[in-house]
Amino acid sequence: MSKTNIYYVLLKRLRVPLITLILIYAVSMVGFVLIPGRDNEGNVWMMSYFHAFYFVSYMASTIGFGEIPYAFTDAQRMWTTVTIYASVIGWLYSIGSLLSVIQDPAIYRLRLESKFRTKIKLLHEPFYLVCGYGDTSARLVQALGQEGIRTVVLDKDEHRINELELRDPLLGRPLGLAADASKPAILEVAGVLNIYCKGVIALTDSDQANLLIALSTELFKPHLRLIARAESPEIVSSISSFGGNEVISPFELFADRLELVLTKPSHYLLSEWLTGIPNQTLLDPSFPKAGAWILIGYGRFGRAVYRRLHAAGIAVQVIDQHTDLQDAPSNSLIGYQANLESLQLAGIDSAVGLIAATSDDATNLSILMTARELRPELFMVARQNQQDNSPIFERAHFQLTMNRGNVLAQKVFSLLRTPLTRDFLRLAQDENKAWVDQLLSRIIGITQDKLPYLWETKLTPRYSPAVYSACAAGQRVPLKYVIANPSQRQQTLPIIPLLLKRVDTLLLMPDGETLLQPGDRILMCAPHEAYEQMQWATQNQKVLHYLLTGEEWVSSRLLRRLLSSR
Amino acid sequence: MNLEKVIFGFFIVLALTLNFAFFVGDMANPLYHNTFILFAALIVSLITTILKFGDSSHMGAIFFATSLVADIQLLVAAIIWGWAAHISLAGVTPAAMVTVVSVSGGALLANIVSVVLLVAETLSIRR
Repeated sequence: MSKTNIYYVLLKRLRVPLITLILIYAVSMVGFVLIPGRDNEGNVWMMSYFHAFYFVSYMASTIGFGEIPYAFTDAQRMWTTVTIYASVIGWLYSIGSLLSVIQDPAIYRLRLESKFRTKIKLLHEPFYLVCGYGDTSARLVQALGQEGIRTVVLDKDEHRINELELRDPLLGRPLGLAADASKPAILEVAGVLNIYCKGVIALTDSDQANLLIALSTELFKPHLRLIARAESPEIVSSISSFGGNEVISPFELFADRLELVLTKPSHYLLSEWLTGIPNQTLLDPSFPKAGAWILIGYGRFGRAVYRRLHAAGIAVQVIDQHTDLQDAPSNSLIGYQANLESLQLAGIDSAVGLIAATSDDATNLSILMTARELRPELFMVARQNQQDNSPIFERAHFQLTMNRGNVLAQKVFSLLRTPLTRDFLRLAQDENKAWVDQLLSRIIGITQDKLPYLWETKLTPRYSPAVYSACAAGQRVPLKYVIANPSQRQQTLPIIPLLLKRVDTLLLMPDGETLLQPGDRILMCAPHEAYEQMQWATQNQKVLHYLLTGEEWVSSRLLRRLLSSR
Repeated sequence: MNLEKVIFGFFIVLALTLNFAFFVGDMANPLYHNTFILFAALIVSLITTILKFGDSSHMGAIFFATSLVADIQLLVAAIIWGWAAHISLAGVTPAAMVTVVSVSGGALLANIVSVVLLVAETLSIRR
């Protein structure tokens, strides 16, 4: 789309109607000027242009003041009859074309686009550009909105963009445009070059489109953050091959989590808690026993799951109704429908868990319900394909439900809001179970039964001016004082510092004596109230002074000198 | 041959010629200046302006501007004449007539600029 000004298009379409109107007026006026009239005494009276224009104006607009200044002659009346019809038709035609121009879908789109363009220009706060507005994006936009982060949404489907209008305006309603995000010109319109654009999130349904978005973003702004979703391994590797892109494959992501559930349940719980959407209630975790598993459906998701479980040494029996699977494991039940018989053939009596991983929700639900009749104690994992089916999947209370929208939204949200979480979880992966269990009980201890709130404290003049200036002035600032209670420094706020990043070194679980330096980034975890209390120390110099020294801050320079000289 | 160019060329030249026809003659004498010609010049000039509506090219913008100037000046001339004939007690005096004609002279100048631009554009394209 070129940068067409919609007013040009409007004016261009109005040329013919306007010229028609002018001609009708001109001909009518000339007629009245030429036709002789008579005044009250019967003398010949010629209408002037002034009177003709006055008469035609009120006649054409059907106001009709009558025959002024003198009653018309028959010749004038005849001409009036002609001009009444001509002018009414002229006006109808002109107003009709004006309305049709305004309602024309092309003009309507141009108008929306030009409005959108103006709004983007006026957007003077950081925002993320979200391409594709589906279940995942809707959740993501909502979660980001609650954090006060603005988003701009692009989607091909106009209906989905219209849904944006229904959102709560207090949460910073995202700006939306119905357009194909894989076209570079559209990305440009949506403000990818804007200095406030913090990153692009490509979540469209098509891998190809996401790849194109990633490419255009890289070429438009090489260092812009890009998070893309991709399902096929080829596209995953091509998107991650350039720039610093982060690619998420929903199947792989969930298969990873499933593997974690089976092999390292505590680690799984930790990553669930830390990447969840804050303030949700913690769920009672349940974990499967060791033993054999049955996997129904050997598609992309099924393969990803099988690969991991197999590598972890867990026995998996595959059932798939397709007969043309070449790469299925040798003992699989290929070509079997998912039903009672095939479950029994696969050894449901001795299995510990069942994974329904087909791309059809009805199949997944029915096989899990069948299995539940046989063995209610089985660990059940369901793949949910359609967001609309959420109510029944929730009611079914499976131990684990793989909902693509949720899984992706959670991941992207945590990547955007606290990038350090990823580093933390990677390091935590290598710690043993006891370490993780201890951390889990500490988290439960501070947050009761809510998911903890995670944030990063950045020691920069902008984010934590008080701590930054204290560090920069060479003061010793141990971490324990920053997280102390601002009204009682002996107490520590219920905050767990999880990770400290200093240039390129990562310090896992930094202790209270760690001295802070300018530029440090600290990942913290706490209930939301504690986060707010900690802001006193990072933002307010006087409070920080009290926390560090235990003395009240003396603002007056003279007083300070007098007191110190004593 | 481009029909759009023909139509626009026709109207812009017609606006100039009508304007000239109104302008020539003894400035103070209404006999030399016909109301019909002034009316026709005004209508043709308005149409010329509308023909350039929505033309986003550089040349189009200049044509739009010059013909808008001609419109305004002809409209002012017509209003002064109407005022003199109907409202002012003195009627159409030679002084009023001189004002009308000289204002239309301004419009003539604007129309000349338009035609010069048209000729220049035609010469520079050579197609």
